[in-house]
This record gives sequence, structure tokens and C-alpha cells, in this order.
Amino acid sequence: MSVPKALQTPLSLRLSSSAFIVIWCLIAAFPIFWIAVMSIKVPIDAFAPNPVNVVFGPKTIADGKGLSIPDIVIGVLALYFFARFCMRNLPQLVSRHSPLGLVALGWLAAALLTGLAFALIFVIVLPAVMQVINGVLGSFGNPVLGFTAEHYQAVWVDNKFYRNFINSLIVTTGVVTVSLTVGTLAGYGLARSGSNVAFWILIGALIFRSLPHSVLVAGYLPVFINSAEILKPILGENAPTLYGQPLAVIAVLVSINQPFTIWMLRSFFHNIPADLDEAARVDGCTHFQAFRWVIMPVMWPGVITTGLFSFLLAYNDFLVTSLLLDAQNQTMVPAIAGYFNRETTTTDQVEAVAAAVSITAPLFLLVMVFQRQIVSGLTAGAVKG
Amino acid sequence: MKFRTFAAFVGPSMFLMLLFIAAPLISVFSQSFYVDQSVFETVEVEVCTPGFLTQTCEIEQRTQPLLDEDGKQIVNTEFVGWTSYRNVLRLGDAWEALSDLNWSSFQQIEFWKALRFTLTFTLITLPLAIGLGLLLAITVNNVTKALKGQIIFISLLPFIITPVIGALSIRWLFIGDGIMTAFLEWWLQRDIAMFAQAWTIELLMLFYRVWHVGPFAFVVFYAGLQTVNNDTLESAIIDGASRFERLRYVIIPHLMPLIVFVALIHLMDTYRVFEEIVGFSSQAHVISLQWLTYDFLTPDEAGNRSVSRASASAMLTMVGIVILLIPLLRKTWNDHRRAH
Repeated sequence: MSVPKALQTPLSLRLSSSAFIVIWCLIAAFPIFWIAVMSIKVPIDAFAPNPVNVVFGPKTIADGKGLSIPDIVIGVLALYFFARFCMRNLPQLVSRHSPLGLVALGWLAAALLTGLAFALIFVIVLPAVMQVINGVLGSFGNPVLGFTAEHYQAVWVDNKFYRNFINSLIVTTGVVTVSLTVGTLAGYGLARSGSNVAFWILIGALIFRSLPHSVLVAGYLPVFINSAEILKPILGENAPTLYGQPLAVIAVLVSINQPFTIWMLRSFFHNIPADLDEAARVDGCTHFQAFRWVIMPVMWPGVITTGLFSFLLAYNDFLVTSLLLDAQNQTMVPAIAGYFNRETTTTDQVEAVAAAVSITAPLFLLVMVFQRQIVSGLTAGAVKG
Repeated sequence: MKFRTFAAFVGPSMFLMLLFIAAPLISVFSQSFYVDQSVFETVEVEVCTPGFLTQTCEIEQRTQPLLDEDGKQIVNTEFVGWTSYRNVLRLGDAWEALSDLNWSSFQQIEFWKALRFTLTFTLITLPLAIGLGLLLAITVNNVTKALKGQIIFISLLPFIITPVIGALSIRWLFIGDGIMTAFLEWWLQRDIAMFAQAWTIELLMLFYRVWHVGPFAFVVFYAGLQTVNNDTLESAIIDGASRFERLRYVIIPHLMPLIVFVALIHLMDTYRVFEEIVGFSSQAHVISLQWLTYDFLTPDEAGNRSVSRASASAMLTMVGIVILLIPLLRKTWNDHRRAH
């Protein structure tokens, strides 16, 4: 159907709208793109006032660290095929090889293996191969684009950032699993009960959601530090000190996240017709059986979406983790504060930039894979108004 | 659903929320009236320094913390009433500064400084973020459907990025002779230091926050626009409504519930502004309420955390958000009562 004339947009409006969108996309992506560019240059180039120098990095090239044209071409091709493999073949492989009912485990293993393969190809194999090729090509193989991975190496290997990465992994996995388990039960209960109690629980959760986290942490901190003494009468001699324990932080983050989780899951459960579980109940299921065998199988999209938001909360948190974890168990985001507070030399600063990019990269992948779920999650909360 | 089954479903979640949200609130409330102090004793110590022929000995008075038999410091918990609140609020100084009409000395007091920033920050970013979201949603909806996925992908990046990192990434553009500062200096032909005074930092923070939440508003509004009734729009055209009138009288009213929703979320999230202070390292110039509590909770050089003061400022922060939410809660309560 052609658009009626009155509904057509005049050219001037169209042009200005397009310009606006282009400018917005530039503003939205630029800071993130820019820190990625900075992180692969030597400090002089990274903080050069001239943007051209930051992009091409003459000083970095002069130091003998750079990519030649064949490097770039082959690198981009390799990246493309790697991404295509991840998008097309990986899901099939996972569903074929993972044991029944443990698809999540299969995905975890696949993600780890893919990460390893990526590191192997792009850190070890390709540089070695390219060195040979560039040597053969002569002057055509001279570097044109400054590139150095030394800051990443300094951050991940010398400063042992992988420890923080593992801590982040532990905390986020814990938070996502526990908050989904507890949250789906509560969300289902709230969606299927029209009672006054359910209404008040939801309003209470709304108020809890608005509380600044520092208010709650002020409550935990003294208790956690002295927990060994407080818990002694109950648990005896081996009562733990909760301060610095990832498990305690997981419990805290799960609870802080509960209000949001149950609101969101409730609106997802609302969209599933109640006839479905009533039919199951008529066939002789208990409420729990109906929930487990009838509702959960159709709830996966909602659960994945809510899980993503739990992941984001746990992964992005600075306040709770920086106050409740000691240096040993620090996660990535608070650990970066150590870099930019130090910041004595420009090398430190570029290392901080590299650490920041390392933290952002998983989020970038996340948006790429789960964009649809994130959007549906943002709108699901809004459906009820 | 029977109440028992309902309780079994909701139980674990309720337990967690009560244990880790409600209980800490009560403990914060009580902590704010007590102060922990180590007990000190004064002892006389003979200090001898080697000298020629004889040692020179002096008797000194020293203060040292009292230890119990396990070798731990003895800590006395003392009820102090409203003292911690008084220490945070410093009402006397504040009133003096206000009656002298001396704004800058009023802003020397940390709590009022933080309150001023938190409120202005919340109220200024609210219309900006909603405006940006609306504008983006309407233009993307009007212009193209083909590039929709890519535009949403790029827009989601600022929303999903770790807030501290997002603030840092903008800071690195402006710090020292960063390219944005260099560009501004070239454009305005003057020397610029973005991190030397409070208002430029605040400007960057406002920019960061709008950049961060604009996409959220955009996605929500964009989804809302897909459900606008086309018949209403067409009849508006037949009645001769201009493009602007259609926006004002058809589209905005349709989106109103969503605008309220976004505003509410934004109010809650911006009131606890914190990550910007860390990312921009602005504590010397600009602080927020939540940062104030955080600062009291971080150990100082001697390793002490002023928990009592932190609790007092936390309680005051909470009172603030409750006041902001009261209109909304009253509306929900009225709706609920009408429905039953």
C-alpha cells in the first residue's frame, strides 16, 4: 500500500532527521570507539592532541609496532570468518553435543572454548604467520597503522588482571543463577495471585528498588566485618568473616536485584495465559509441577532477558563490590579504580584505558548476541506502565 | 491460588529481601544513634636515649588504645542521640551561612553541597533524557525501517556500558590535552581546563548521564510508537491537524504512560548518582549524597570507618527519595482503592 500524500514526510524534514540520527550514532559510539583506539597505541600517540596521530600512531609505528596492509586484510578476513562461525555453526554444535537438559552448561563450555580459540588464533598463530609474510613482501609489508598489545599484556599478565576477571565471573554467575531461581518462583506466584498481599509486596519492592545502595551497604558493613563474633554462638569456632567473601557479595547483589527481577518476570508471566496452567492442574499436576513442566518451557525468552539484566547489574556494580570485597577478591570494575587513581605516568593511564576496554568487550559481545532480548526486556517493564 | 502455595512461591524472594534490604535499614537506623569508640589510656613511659657517660632518660605521657586479653582493641559503643545527624547536617553553620546570604560558605558544608548537586542533577537530566529519547524515537520511526537494527545496536552501547567506564571514557576525551579539549581550544581560541572548576565537570556529568539514559528512553518510546492507532492519526489529518499538532495531541498522549514510567525510573536512578563522581574523580569539586555515604564508609588513613556518620547520612538520603516518591505512591494507592 502506498503511503497517502498527507502522511509523506517533506524532504527537508527527512534530511534533518537523517542528519540528527547520524550525529547521534556518532556521539553514541565515539567515546567507546576512541578508548579502543587509544588502548593500542604507545602513550605519546594515545594522548596526542591531534586526532589523526591518535588513529594512525606515527610514534607507535616508529617504535616498530604496527600493522601492514596485508596484516589488516588478513586480520579482518579472519575476524569475519570467526564471527560467522560463532553465529552460524556454534549454536548447532552446542545443541548437538551438550547433554540433555544441561544446555546452559554446554553454552558455558562453548564460550570458554571459543575464547581460548580466539586467543590462540589472534595472539599466537596469526602474528607468527604474518611476520613471515611481511618479511617476504618487503616494503609492501611495512606497517601503516600503529598497533601494540603491550598495554593489554601489562594489564592481563603483569598486573594479574585475570584474577579480577575470574572474580567477576564467579560473582556474576552466582548472581544470575540465584536471582533467576528465586525470582522466577516469586514472579510466577505474584502473577497468578490477585490478592492484596501480592499488591503490597510489589509496592514494597518498588520502594526497595529506589533505595540508594550505599544506604544498604552502610547496614551490611559493620555486621559483615564482625560476623565471626556475631555468628560464634550459632556456628561455633569456624564462623566465617563475611567481609571479603564473594558468596556474601552474591547474596547482597541478588537481594538488591530482587525487586527489579520480580517486577520484570511478573510482567512476562502475565503474558502467558492462565488457561495453560489451569489445564495442567485439571490433568492432576500440583502448582509446582505445572510451573516446572508447563510454564517454564514457554518462559525461556523472559528468563533469558531477566538474566541479562541481572548479569548487567552484577557485572557493572562498583559500589557494593568495592566496599564489601578485599583486594584479593576484587572484581574488575572496582579494580580499575586502582589504575586511574595511580595514574602517575602516561603509561599507567594507557594501561587504565586498556583495562577499561577489556571490561567493555564482553558487554559489546553481549549486545551483539542478545540485542533482541535486551530490547524486549526494556519494553516488557514498560508494558504495564 | 491458595495462600500457602503463594507463600511457598514468594517465600525465598521475600526472605532475601527482608534479610538483606529491610534488616539493614533497621540496623542503619539504630547505628546512626550510636558511636563506636576505642578506649584509650594514658600511660607514663620512661624513654631513654643513649648519651655520653650516662643515658638521658625522660618520662613521657603516651596515649594508647586499651587491649583486652585477646590483644584486640576494646571498643565502647555509646548512645549519642542525634549527634551524628548534627555532625552531618551542621545546621548551625548552614543557618548562619544562609542568613548571611553567603552561598559559597553554605556550599562548603559537605551535606548541603551534595544535596544541591544531587537535586539539580536529577531535575536537569530528567527533561533532557526524555527529550532526547522522544526525539530519537520519532525520527527513527519516521525516517527508516531498514537501518533500525543497526541504529538500536549503536544506541544500546552507551546504555549497557559499565557506568564507571562510560564516565571514564568521556573523561579521557577531555583530560589534559585530550582531543576534545584540543578541539575546543582550537575552536574557541582560548585555554581550557575541563577539570579545574566545578561547573565544567558538572556539565560533563550532565552530558554523560543523558548519553547513558537517553537510549533507554529511546527504546521504550520507540516500542510505544509501534502501537499508535493509525485510524486516529488519519482522522487527525482529515481534520486538518498539522504535523506538530498530530505529535502534540495524538502521539504524546498515547506515550504518556511510558513517559511517566521512564521518568520514574530515571528519578530513582539519578537520585543515587555515584559512578560519575568516581569516574570523573571529582570529589574535590562535586559530590553527591550517595558518594558522601560511600566516603564515610571507606577507611581513612588510620583505617577507621565512620559508620555512625555514614548511617546518619544514609538515613537522610533515604528520607529524600521517599519524599520524591510520595506523590507516586499516593497515586498508586488511590488507583488500587478505586479498583477494589
